[in-house]
Amino acid sequence: MLLIPCPYCGPRPELEFRHAGEAHVVRDPSLSSDAAWGAFLYARSNTRGVIAERWRHASGCGRFFNCLRDTVSDNILQTYKTGEPRPDLALDAATRRQLGDVAPDQSVAATEAAR
Amino acid sequence: MQFSLLNLIRQSFSANQGWTEQWRSPAEPKPAYDAIIIGGGGHGLATAYYMAAEHGMTNIAVVEKGWIGGGNTGRNTTIIRSNYLWEESEALYNHAMGLWQDLSHALNYNVMYSPRGCMMLAHNTHDVQVFKRHVHANRLFGIDNQWLSPEEAKDVCPILDISKNMRYPIVGASLQRRGGVARHDAVAWGYARAASALGVDILQKCEVKGIRRDASGAVSGVDTSRGPISTKKIGVVAAGNTSTVLGMAGVRLPLESFPLQALVSEPIKPLMPCVVMSNTIHAYMSQSDKGELVIGAGTDAYISYSQTGGLHIATHTLDAICELFPMVRRLRMLRNWGGIVDVTPDRSPIIGKTPVPGLFINCGWGTGGFKATPGSGHVFAHQVATGEPNRISAPFSLDRFVSGRLIDEAAAAAVAH
Repeated sequence: MLLIPCPYCGPRPELEFRHAGEAHVVRDPSLSSDAAWGAFLYARSNTRGVIAERWRHASGCGRFFNCLRDTVSDNILQTYKTGEPRPDLALDAATRRQLGDVAPDQSVAATEAAR
Repeated sequence: MQFSLLNLIRQSFSANQGWTEQWRSPAEPKPAYDAIIIGGGGHGLATAYYMAAEHGMTNIAVVEKGWIGGGNTGRNTTIIRSNYLWEESEALYNHAMGLWQDLSHALNYNVMYSPRGCMMLAHNTHDVQVFKRHVHANRLFGIDNQWLSPEEAKDVCPILDISKNMRYPIVGASLQRRGGVARHDAVAWGYARAASALGVDILQKCEVKGIRRDASGAVSGVDTSRGPISTKKIGVVAAGNTSTVLGMAGVRLPLESFPLQALVSEPIKPLMPCVVMSNTIHAYMSQSDKGELVIGAGTDAYISYSQTGGLHIATHTLDAICELFPMVRRLRMLRNWGGIVDVTPDRSPIIGKTPVPGLFINCGWGTGGFKATPGSGHVFAHQVATGEPNRISAPFSLDRFVSGRLIDEAAAAAVAH
C-alpha cells in the first residue's frame, strides 16, 4: 500500500485516495479530427519509469492533486497541486540511487564525492 | 521426439536417457528473419506456431527478454471460458474455446485442459439481470451457458454457502460447462516445442532495445540485447510492456498497465469440482490438480510495472473467499504474486495493424488473456502472415478508438478495474 503525501493533508494511506489517471492530459482545441479526439480520450503514455498522475483524496480533503511516481519501484517522488506545472525532476543523488537510476560505479563515485 | 506410448516404452528400456530437449535454443539469432514475434508468452508462442503450421512461415523467431512463459502466462489463474456478451467477443473467445478442445493432440503435448465448468455467482438483482442477459446472448450465439438457482449451484459446487444471512447472498449463478482450467506452463511449453519443431527460433534472454525503420517508415529490424536482427514484419505480443515496446516506434496506445495478483493455498484434498467466480464481491477460485486453491485477486488502482501488488488488494479478495467458502477459513496461503496486465478502455483486446507499416500488435488482453491463448495466436498469425485481419479479429483493430466502435466487455471481464 502506498503512503501518499497529500499536498493539503500530509501523508495518508492509499486507502483514503482514489486514483484518477494520467495527469496533464490536455485537449488541443485547434484539433477537431476523430483521430485527435480518440487520442485525447484514450491514448496514454503508460510510462515504465517516472509518471505524473492524478489522485483525489476522497476520504480526506476531497481535492485532486498531482503526483510524480516511479512505476517500476512505486516510489512517490513528489506531489503538487493541480494547476501547477509538472516539476522538473532534478533528483538528488540519494533519490536517484534509491530508484536504481544510477549505474553502480557512478553511485560509488557519488558516495566518495559526498565524503 | 514425439510423445507416444511407443516412445514411452522405448525410452523406459534405455533408462530415459534418449529424451531430447523440448525445443531448440539457438546460440545466436540469425541475421534476418521473415518475421519476429516480440514476447515469448503463450500468445506469442501460439502466434509463431500457427504462422509456421498454417501459413508456412518457418523462418521466424520469437524474442523474449526473460524466459518463455515467465510473464503473465506463468502468473495467471488458468481459467478458460467464453461467456462474453458481444458477438465480436463471443466469436473470438469461442474460437479459442474450439481450439482448446483438441489442443493437446494438435501440439502432441498434454496441456491438461479440464472442462470442469466455470460458474459465475450473482449476488443482487443487477447481477441477475446482467448474467441472464449474458446467458441468453451466449445461447443465441451457440455458446453453452445456463442459469442456475442457488440450490442448483450448490449441487454443482457443494462448498458454496447459499444461506440467506450472508452479507452478499448467492441469488443465482451462470454456468458454462465447457469452461474450466488448463496447465498454463504446459501451454507455453507445448506451443514452444511445436513451433520449434517446425523451425521457429525461440530466443530467450533476448531483450528488444529498439525498433529499426527504413526511409519509408516501415520496420526494417530490431535491436536486441543479442545484437541487431533484420526483418520486415514484427508482431508485438508483450502484454504489460506493449506500451514500452511501441514507444520505441513512437506509437502511443490506449493501454494502461496494472499489477494483477493471484494466490495459492497449501494443497488440500479435492473439494472444488469447478471454477467459481464472483464479480460483485471480487473473488474467484479453483483447485489445481496438486490440490492448491488458486485464487485471483484484483488490480491495483494505479499504473505499475512492479510485478507485485498491494497487500490490501489480496486481503480484500480473501475476505470475500472466506465469506463464500467458510470451510477454507483456516487455510494458509503459500504464495502470492503479481503480473502486469495491459488494460484497454473497453476491456477488449487490440489485434491488428499500427500506424507503422510492418508493425502489428496483439495486446490489451487485460485481466483475462490466458483463456484466449490458442484463438489469439491463431488470428494474430493470420494478421502477421497476410498483413490483413481475418473475420474474427477485424473488429478488434486499433482503429476502433478513433471510429468509436468500442466492444465494451467491462461486465464480462470479471475483474473490477
